[in-house]
Amino acid sequence: MATYKFQLNGRPSTAESWDPAQPLLYVLRNELGQHGPKFGCGLGQCGACTVLIDGKATRSCLTTVRQAAGKSITTIEALGTPEKPDAVQAAFIAEQASQCGYCTNGMVMTAKSLLAQNPKPTLEQVKQGMAGNLCRCGTHTRILRAVMRASGAAV
Amino acid sequence: MTTSTFSRRDLLKSGAAVLVGFTFAGRSAAQMAVGADAALGKPTGINDVDSFLAVHADGSVTVYTGKVDLGTGLRIAIRQMAAEELELPVERVNLVEGDTALTPDQGSTGGSTGLTQGGVQVRRAAATAREAFRNMTPADLASGKHFNMKVDPNAPLKDPKTYKVVSQPVLRPEVPLKATGRHVYVQDFTMAGMLHGRVIHPPVIGAKLMSVDESSIRSIPDVRAVRIESFLGVVAKDEWAAIRAARELKVTWSEGQTLPGSTGLGGYVRNAAVDRDETVINRGNTASAMTGAAKTFAASYYWPNQSHASLGPSCAVADMRDGGLTVWSSAQAPHNLRANMAKVFAVPLAKVRVVYMDGAGCYGGNGNDDVAADAVLLSRAVNAPVRVQWMRQDELGWDPKGPQQLIDLRAGLDAQGNIAAWEAEMWVPMNKPGTRPLLSIDAAGMAQDHGQGAGLMTQNADPPYAAGNVRVVAHHIKDTPLRPSNLRAPGKIANVFAVEAFTDELALAAGVDPVEYRLRGLKDPRAIEVIRRTADMFGWKPRPASAPRPVQGGVQIGYGFAYARYKQAENYVAMAMEVAVERTTGKVSVRRVACAHDCGLIVNPNALRNQVEGLIVQTLSRTLHEEVKFDRARVTSVDWVTYPILRFPDAPAIEVALINRPELPLYGAGEAAAVTVPGALANAIFDAAGARVRTAPFTPERVKTAIVGD
Ligand code: FES
Ligand code: FES
Repeated sequence: MATYKFQLNGRPSTAESWDPAQPLLYVLRNELGQHGPKFGCGLGQCGACTVLIDGKATRSCLTTVRQAAGKSITTIEALGTPEKPDAVQAAFIAEQASQCGYCTNGMVMTAKSLLAQNPKPTLEQVKQGMAGNLCRCGTHTRILRAVMRASGAAV
Repeated sequence: MTTSTFSRRDLLKSGAAVLVGFTFAGRSAAQMAVGADAALGKPTGINDVDSFLAVHADGSVTVYTGKVDLGTGLRIAIRQMAAEELELPVERVNLVEGDTALTPDQGSTGGSTGLTQGGVQVRRAAATAREAFRNMTPADLASGKHFNMKVDPNAPLKDPKTYKVVSQPVLRPEVPLKATGRHVYVQDFTMAGMLHGRVIHPPVIGAKLMSVDESSIRSIPDVRAVRIESFLGVVAKDEWAAIRAARELKVTWSEGQTLPGSTGLGGYVRNAAVDRDETVINRGNTASAMTGAAKTFAASYYWPNQSHASLGPSCAVADMRDGGLTVWSSAQAPHNLRANMAKVFAVPLAKVRVVYMDGAGCYGGNGNDDVAADAVLLSRAVNAPVRVQWMRQDELGWDPKGPQQLIDLRAGLDAQGNIAAWEAEMWVPMNKPGTRPLLSIDAAGMAQDHGQGAGLMTQNADPPYAAGNVRVVAHHIKDTPLRPSNLRAPGKIANVFAVEAFTDELALAAGVDPVEYRLRGLKDPRAIEVIRRTADMFGWKPRPASAPRPVQGGVQIGYGFAYARYKQAENYVAMAMEVAVERTTGKVSVRRVACAHDCGLIVNPNALRNQVEGLIVQTLSRTLHEEVKFDRARVTSVDWVTYPILRFPDAPAIEVALINRPELPLYGAGEAAAVTVPGALANAIFDAAGARVRTAPFTPERVKTAIVGD
């Protein structure tokens, strides 16, 4: 067992792992009680596991606990609450941009990172920026509207 | 009166009440067994009002339903229907879904029956209870007084003109939880002493397990292999340990080649042994009408095996200790799963409880039931609660598939271009009675049902338009290569694809605009209205004859139309599409879609629109990209690279018109808008590039071949 230290949602945090190659996803979900990030593929192909590492959308299924050490990790739980959602979350709620919602974590976190880099994206830029995130329920049009809304664009 | 035989003590003993870890602010209106367990022992029989409704001291009501919300909006819609009849604000109505100890068995949530059966039953119970509820004193409420009434099928319903809650776009209460990462899925469920399991599927379908070398996982902490005949799993304290062990365990399997391979499967199906031929429709005499026709036409259409492809692989937690069994699952039919688990594991039904929790969308029978059986086998073996989540390759490689379907169509037109004769012949998997076999139960050599069914696949192969003589025949084939199951709008997507693409050919031959041609063959005003609304919304430009579209920058733009009445008895759907076809590559981009949709009474227009938009995008994905490929041994479409689905850059603009008919019966809307997608798309591709694509998916290679071939 080794101990890894990082910032989690603004607070210093430690986690134990028997395997330095353990993906951060399992550490977050099983050790640190963060169930927002989801297991979708474990292959970096779907985006369901997305968290922010040092502010950038990152796939926690491909990030090892050792790579995460010393970094600042943000999960969707820290953005806002159902009562006080942050701007991106509020836009997803207003647009009802969710069906089963299993992809929603990845959508919100990727949008967050995208808007941080490009606060006023065009619809085409949002489509490209979200291209790596899959939604099986076909909620695409609403997710796109939600991201545009969060950017302040008229929808 | 059926009551649940679970007592609170039983549950505490079985460790089932440990959901407490999930209490947090803004708790889900979704299924949560915690508080709900206080109601154990309540009636669950389908004829008792008390099975559906319970009152509380604050005047609020809990509705119990055996139907479940698979991401469709049923959760809010059923509350709206109950609130309306009870004359309560919707916030005063709670909902408990799919817990077999608490909810009546209202059948599987499939075939768009969630509201039409489940919601309507709840509405009837609420209407029966309205007077009694109104007359309850605060003391009655505080004591949780029972209604002690039978559901009255003739209880007067509220007059739709007075609706306050139904037909309102009430926001779904779980969306804020989903958007903030707080919605609890079965994947997130955990309980004291719970271990993590994984299963190891063989490299060849049906292979026997020859040997296992446990020393290969000795370096992984707290893990053990569980072998029962050819079932193989691992159980560990830590989830990552279970994943690594499942990957690294050295196993020898028997070899073999049991599959025909997916290449050229249409030909295989056409020649497959048939169990029986069914004449689905036989009106008039198509043979003589065909002989007398001015012109005749024939074409074949093929739809491939497709996966449910849930975004999160199936997951379940099972606790089989002390002679009882509890399973937490996102199964579509919790009551059926309960009965099957009781039978397979020889546990008295009264000791088996299935608690529904949300999972990733499933769109039919995906791996949920299989993974539940995996978890039970492992829990029984290690005498502890076990959580199993399938890995990506398990879900895509092993979930039962929406089966392949081959359809031949023939038609004869009279001199005026009307349909004089229509013949459809299709090849679909035969039905076998009983429950679908579960992978691990077969592997473990245990007795179980070997039923087979993939939904009502033979509907909608006849044209919805006036046709003098119609004959539809279904060949039910004995063996189908991959285990089949229902996949959203089963059979009807392929049938309507064939019917609507073929109708376009007939319209062209008759020299009539495709929209006009459809209208000529319809009398039902609701059908005519969805077609007109769609054409207006889309800005449809009539085109009596097909003229080649200009090539601009290597691209041709085309427009296609399709219409259907779902199951020839339910929703009316019309759809128009604009596509761009890249001539040299065959790449198809769908630019915009317009759809008018009439499902009778609309319960929640926002949730309904979400379904219709989702159906359009998902079915575009199925039509453009999806085919389960397999070789002689195994499925080879096992991840998102080998089984691609539609991505954001390909998401079209969608415009939906919902037609509300409050005075008419409601139809479920979880499937209907899917069926017009491939026909509208195929017709738009033809209009753009003059190429008929009759095999899905419409991959660039296929479209290119069709372009060159024409
Ligand atoms: S789970 Fe990480 S990308 Fe799919
Ligand atoms: S909402 Fe179900 S996968 Fe996106």
